[in-house]
Amino acid sequence: MSALLNVSDLDVWIGESHVLHGVSFEVREGGVTALLGRNGAGKTTTLRGILGMLTRTGSVFLNGLPMDRMRTDRIVRHGIGYVPEDRDVFSELTVAENLRLAERPGQELQYDIVYELFPELQQRASQRAGTLSGGQQQMVSIARALLNKGNRILLIDEPTKGLAPLVVRSVVAALGRVSQFVTILLVEQNLRVAHLLARDAIVLDQGSVGYRGTINELIDDPELARHHLGLTAGRGAGA
Amino acid sequence: MSTIVLLVVTGLGLGALYFLVASGLSLIWGLMRVLNFAHGALFTVAAYAGWSIANTIPATDAARAWSIGLLGAVLGGAIAAFLLETVLIRPLYARPVGQVLVTVGAALAAVALVEAMYGDDPKQLVLPAWMSANTVIAGASIPNTRLLLIVVALAVLGLLLILLRKTRYGLIVRAGVENRAMVEALGINVHRAFTIVFTIGGAAAGLGGYLAGTYFGYIDPQRGTSMLIFAFIVVVVGRLGSMTGCAIAAAVVALVQQFLNFYAAAGVGDFSVVLLLALALLIRPRGAQTL
Repeated sequence: MSALLNVSDLDVWIGESHVLHGVSFEVREGGVTALLGRNGAGKTTTLRGILGMLTRTGSVFLNGLPMDRMRTDRIVRHGIGYVPEDRDVFSELTVAENLRLAERPGQELQYDIVYELFPELQQRASQRAGTLSGGQQQMVSIARALLNKGNRILLIDEPTKGLAPLVVRSVVAALGRVSQFVTILLVEQNLRVAHLLARDAIVLDQGSVGYRGTINELIDDPELARHHLGLTAGRGAGA
Repeated sequence: MSTIVLLVVTGLGLGALYFLVASGLSLIWGLMRVLNFAHGALFTVAAYAGWSIANTIPATDAARAWSIGLLGAVLGGAIAAFLLETVLIRPLYARPVGQVLVTVGAALAAVALVEAMYGDDPKQLVLPAWMSANTVIAGASIPNTRLLLIVVALAVLGLLLILLRKTRYGLIVRAGVENRAMVEALGINVHRAFTIVFTIGGAAAGLGGYLAGTYFGYIDPQRGTSMLIFAFIVVVVGRLGSMTGCAIAAAVVALVQQFLNFYAAAGVGDFSVVLLLALALLIRPRGAQTL
């Protein structure tokens, strides 16, 4: 399969801090690629760097189109959906308004798929997003990213963070379905979740890429898992 | 009783002026986090633009002159705000200190320019006969200009509420007040929304500038600056980005001012408004983040 997203020599700064150092990787079209690493390795910064939300140098190509000189809104309009770490729903707006805001004029929308995946959102359309539970807010956040049919890839940052185990299960199931429609680059601390969903893995270590390959190879090799993720146990351990 | 009615209506008329200035200021700060010290200058520049246009029409046709002057002021405020945002503020979005300096500089320069062109002396506005007359309400003889201001401010409030609640740009503004970065991450060009909000704010300030001339009977170069101070207080006392809160705060600030200036002593009302601001910040400390 061809590379949908190509990141090359990405350096990112947050204020005066130089966080990413020459990060390069590719994301294949279709399925889920996990972006892993210890706390502070630069996973969220990588997503924000790709989206042009932080000062950066290097190249980002989406389906061969250069994105490195574009503003965030233009990058997103070329087909990237973003689900941020803290969900960032607009708490004062209703669920329906949160979704309406994500609609891009002139683009085909897929409310049918969104409501099939998250029927609860249709029932709670007029409820203020700030009054939803964490799991429901995560649904809104994923639905916003999925709504535009033109999105080629979703950048999803720690979708299970802070959620109850039962809710994690439903979010994982939903992401599994979502990955049938669109490519996902998934930042996930929970290695069990990443392993369930992803085929490929990229591991960041102190702002640089430490591993690129399949997630099975990473987890099956105790030395690789210990070195890159600090795991002492084998396959399926949480991180 | 008639004195109280007069004070209430006059206070609400003054509150209407505060609202017209503060509504734009609140929208601009809420969405763009730009503390626009030049907002008072927009008020002044637009008032003089309206006055200049009205003066081209024979004084015998006062109603037409006043109406065209009003349109000129609204348009003048909108154009001045558009230019201010696109030329001076847009290059400084990531530099808040630079924004403060440039808006303070623009305010000083604009007022100085107006003084150089028109002089310091107040300029009389030609008012239609109806506006110079009074209407008796509950025994109080109320100048019609006060009633006009209240009606116009209510209409502007209604239009802004429709804009915010019923249009896509309103949705963008309401979301942008909460989390501007996330609005951009949804693929929305926030800068276009900034320009529109800034221009609408300028138009409201222009309307306020011309109506202030109608309220006081004349315009002068310093009116915008003094109005801006009270508008800042209204923005803090009212809730950030809330037009209804802004309207209520404008009415409360103006009524407190009017009643205490009348029943206590001149100046006590103005001082009390500052105390009201302190009280609002104590009760709702987050209000401090609004300015």
